Amino acid sequence: MKPVALLGPQRLKPTVGEAARRLGVRGPCAVITAGWQEREDETEELEAALGLPTVNLRLYARWERLRTEDPVLALAHRARQDRLRRLQALYRERLAGLMRTARKLFGMQGDPTLLDPERASAVTAVRALDAHHLQRITETNLEFESEAHPGARAAVAGQRAALSRMLEDCDSVILAGGHVAVLLGRLRLFALEPMLRDKTLIAWSAGAMALTDRVVLFHDQPPWGAGDAELLDFGLGLAPDVVVLPHAKRRLRLDDRERVRLMARRFRPAACVPLDLGDHIERIDGAWRTEGARLLASDGEVRLSGSTAGPRALPPVDAAPVDAAQEDG
Amino acid sequence: MHAIQRFAQEGPHTREGIDALLAAHEWPLVEGREVTFVYRGYVDRVFLRHFVYGLPSTVPFRRIGDTDLWFVTVEIPPLSRVEYKLEVIDGGSGRWVRDPLNPRMAHDPFGANSVAIGEGYDTPEWIEHDPETRPGTLEELRFRETPFGEERHVTVYLPARFRRTRRYPLLIVHDGGDYVNYAALQTVLDNLIHRQEVAPLIVALSHPGDRMVEYPDDPRHVAFLAETVVPYMEDRYPLFGTPAQRGLMGASFGAVASLSAAWRRPGTFGKLLLQSGSFAFTDIGEHKRGPAFDPVVEFVNAFRAAPGRPADRVFMSCGMYESLIYENRSMAPFLRDLGIDVRLVESRDGHNWENWRDRLREGLSWLFPGHLWMVYE
Repeated sequence: MKPVALLGPQRLKPTVGEAARRLGVRGPCAVITAGWQEREDETEELEAALGLPTVNLRLYARWERLRTEDPVLALAHRARQDRLRRLQALYRERLAGLMRTARKLFGMQGDPTLLDPERASAVTAVRALDAHHLQRITETNLEFESEAHPGARAAVAGQRAALSRMLEDCDSVILAGGHVAVLLGRLRLFALEPMLRDKTLIAWSAGAMALTDRVVLFHDQPPWGAGDAELLDFGLGLAPDVVVLPHAKRRLRLDDRERVRLMARRFRPAACVPLDLGDHIERIDGAWRTEGARLLASDGEVRLSGSTAGPRALPPVDAAPVDAAQEDG
Repeated sequence: MHAIQRFAQEGPHTREGIDALLAAHEWPLVEGREVTFVYRGYVDRVFLRHFVYGLPSTVPFRRIGDTDLWFVTVEIPPLSRVEYKLEVIDGGSGRWVRDPLNPRMAHDPFGANSVAIGEGYDTPEWIEHDPETRPGTLEELRFRETPFGEERHVTVYLPARFRRTRRYPLLIVHDGGDYVNYAALQTVLDNLIHRQEVAPLIVALSHPGDRMVEYPDDPRHVAFLAETVVPYMEDRYPLFGTPAQRGLMGASFGAVASLSAAWRRPGTFGKLLLQSGSFAFTDIGEHKRGPAFDPVVEFVNAFRAAPGRPADRVFMSCGMYESLIYENRSMAPFLRDLGIDVRLVESRDGHNWENWRDRLREGLSWLFPGHLWMVYE
């Protein structure tokens, strides 16, 4: 099992080179910057920070070309995307009510024997809706696969084969951030997941999100709306058991215990890990290790998961396990 | 009991006692819903001159005993922002000054005012330079031939990482220079675009001649925007070139100019950002706002009589402490009844540039939303 490193944002303080050295990456490294969309090729800064030879897989450009080469597939893809957008809007509508109730319950003061079971039940309802949404998304994706058969289409098969050949010479893959839906869509379309399984993976921001089990979109203080975190889709599952939260300082109210508590409990047993400038977590031999990463705990605190003196496994995040069993919806 | 009342009752009313009182607090002193202003000096009288519609605009200070300390306590509700000056009468003559004890100031084309804030008001952090943000760039365009018969220039804001291979929305901003100088528009655009709260857009910052003449429904101004600026911009820059991706923005008379252009050229500008619009109108009789408002009232009355559907989406903002709040509260449902998607945000502030600055995030992100929820760089 090859190591996985998930990093904080790289623009102001690149740590990708450091991570590559720590994990013994030699290069050439495959680079996936599809999240940058039309800027996919602008990898000079990344290459300078990495300090190793790279091969850009250019997933964004490949799909843009495929769109014109295979208009039937492009049409089916667009229909699927429209359906996904509509599903997301419906989910958001239902989520708003449940989250409003859950936040209210978590903010209430009073007899815990009365309140705690209600809170647990509210979280269960949110988790059930999350699960339902992921199921609808999966059904829609499977429908697209079974109707459009992208893998059986010559243009797509050719690209997948080319990517597989490119990856043969690379023992590591770097996934940058950017537009997470675009990135995840390209990774799926070109069936990258099996090709990445035996590679050392270094990813940050949207790249890190795409590697986890579930992609959680979040912002506690958007210009409009309540700022309810929402699930986009399953991720590739190559960085399991964590929900990563890039740019957490700007996007999350980490000092708001109720929000932290609700998020930690909503997504457990996965650990919610803020990834800000300079942060990183690593998975070595199937176990997460870290040097001073933070975790959202179910009592509303944000805790350091290990000392800065050396790597250490992520501790459990259930600081208040009283109602954990009740939330398994 | 307020700190100033305690001091008035208990003293010590000595120079040292006053020094200690002033050093112990930030002034004006916010205590719940009330704010105490102080002035120090052996003068005849002191008045608070503020710009809050609905309150007496002149509020006298009280002197504590025979000391040189004057004070007044007024209600300023939470989240308020109030611009003011002090009128100091001495030796029979008066002068308006900024509050010497208050470092907080707001600048505008006429100078600067002191600013008092209510509990809970924070200057938005997104108006400050953020080292993480990639800055956009400005370039100047000159229009030698215009409907005004004279040259005009427009400053164009291009977002960071501008590329000719992309398409961008266009926003034309009235009083663009003032928005940049007094409402931090360039920094705000940089930050909000960088954070994906606002889509990357190209902004034409227009600079008026005599705005009091050109803005209230002057056909030359409408022609300048629709037949000079827009075609030239769409030829020169990679713009979407559709009404849905074209917007007008302005404050006060600039909002009137925006609405007037959209009304006179229906189907051209799909989005309007109207701040403290001077939408004065009459149902009968004469208006009482002075001659500068004559063409405004004439336009708004004509618009209300035959509004058509000037735009698809309109963001409005207005301060509760300005007289125009009533006209704006009236305009919002009027526009909604035309089938327009309208949002009106009210703030506890007045008719000033920092009020307009503070509403830019809500307005721009609603009209031109970015991929905030999807992009994690």
